[in-house]
Amino acid sequence: MQKVNLCDACSKEKGVEDPKSFALADLLLGIGASEEIEKSTLTQKCPVCGFSQADFKKTGRLGCAACYTTFAEGLHTLLKAMHKGTEHVGKLPQRAHRTIELSHRMRTLNENLQKAVAEENYETAASLRDQIKQLESELSNP
Amino acid sequence: MMKFSSVMTTPGEWLRGEGPHHQVVISSRVRLARNLRNHAFPGWAKKAERIAILDLIRPRVEQLAEMQDSFSENLQDLSALERQVLIERHLISREHAAKGVGSAVVMNRRQTLSVMINEEDHLRMQSIRSGLQLKQAFKLVDKIDSALEEKLQFAYDPRLGYLTACPTNVGTGMRASAMLHLPGLVLSELINQVIQAVSKIGLAVRGLYGEGTEAMGNLFQISNQTTLGEKEEDIINRLSKVIETIIEKEHDARQILLQKKPNTLCDQIGRAYGVLTYAHAMASKEALNLLSIIKLGIDLGAFPQDHRLSIDGLFIDTQPAHLQKCSQQKLNAEERDYLRAQIIRDRLKLLPKPDISKMARESGNGSTARASEDE
Repeated sequence: MQKVNLCDACSKEKGVEDPKSFALADLLLGIGASEEIEKSTLTQKCPVCGFSQADFKKTGRLGCAACYTTFAEGLHTLLKAMHKGTEHVGKLPQRAHRTIELSHRMRTLNENLQKAVAEENYETAASLRDQIKQLESELSNP
Repeated sequence: MMKFSSVMTTPGEWLRGEGPHHQVVISSRVRLARNLRNHAFPGWAKKAERIAILDLIRPRVEQLAEMQDSFSENLQDLSALERQVLIERHLISREHAAKGVGSAVVMNRRQTLSVMINEEDHLRMQSIRSGLQLKQAFKLVDKIDSALEEKLQFAYDPRLGYLTACPTNVGTGMRASAMLHLPGLVLSELINQVIQAVSKIGLAVRGLYGEGTEAMGNLFQISNQTTLGEKEEDIINRLSKVIETIIEKEHDARQILLQKKPNTLCDQIGRAYGVLTYAHAMASKEALNLLSIIKLGIDLGAFPQDHRLSIDGLFIDTQPAHLQKCSQQKLNAEERDYLRAQIIRDRLKLLPKPDISKMARESGNGSTARASEDE
């Protein structure tokens, strides 16, 4: 084993931010394990498009929309540093907006249906059931 | 469908320079980045997928009501020169010009709207208007975005908004920018102060052709840098307010130059007029810098107002690709410099000598111009 004493500035320069966790991985899993862990996060791949974090490091661009989910953790920090906020407050695509609206209406209908059934109000329940069916078909063909 | 030759002969609405605050703001642009939900981004997609994406998007863009009389072409079918012409008119990006099979550009006849397909994102829709018209530019591009969204499934996350290839564009996917002509601030050496102040509030200042380009002809692009956590309208309002302040500062700088350094100003205008009228070889950068001073001279009344359009036109007509397209032949740098000087000489034959006495009288006009901007 080689021991190196680094001052605060040098350790930062060499990228050794947290020397404790660094040593711990080596201690538990053998020398070089921490490097392996680092490598494994770099080779973590997006299940949809096969893009890896190493690719992102190289290009600064992502592979597909799903990469935002795959690499969410790392991206969150990046986006926080980059932008004014971490949540979108601008334009909503009408289609997505409609889906949200429809599912909201669906929830209300279901609640009313349960109430109608509990009150043994079968006429209302039947009408509600029809409405739900229609809404379901609308939701499946946006 | 329009041909490229008619794109060349139609100068495009923004080049006519009649928009609000046109003395300082050359043009306003707003672009939106969008991607399809179920496809890899263009930089990661394989050729076959890029072509499939193009086939999906292009007909839908061409069918837009705004694209009834449009120019639409695959990038690989445009010559290097034609691509360069489109860059010089800010209708496609330098990055897009470097693309080959699987990328296309669609734009309307007025050249107020251009859509790049498979640039860095599947869709880059841009509206460009003359003068300070960021709101109008946004309205137009927002309208076609909504129309396309009915036919295409865009990648959208409720928390992060529109998803883009580069995380710097995520959220609104919007970049709003204005091209400013700031000779007064440059001549009075206040420009660096302005650039620093603007960068501090999260806006970017760049040269003529965007990122990493140098400022020529006293032209600067100012744009929003962040796209997440702020509404489109708020970003545009914030940017517009900052630009209005810069316009005011520019007018103030011009007035101060007129009052405190009239000789320096007259000398600059006279020299620019002399060199442009008599030079026989002129590089693109020198031409832009001198034309900028002539433009300032027109603003200040040293030249008659009715020459504005022909001088503004020279800013574009003397760019390398426009020169070559105009002369119908490929020219080397030296030949371009001769031709550029010749075109400028010819056009300046009609421009009378600078009239310094009128310039002094025009100084009153500066404040009326400013008063009308407060509307």
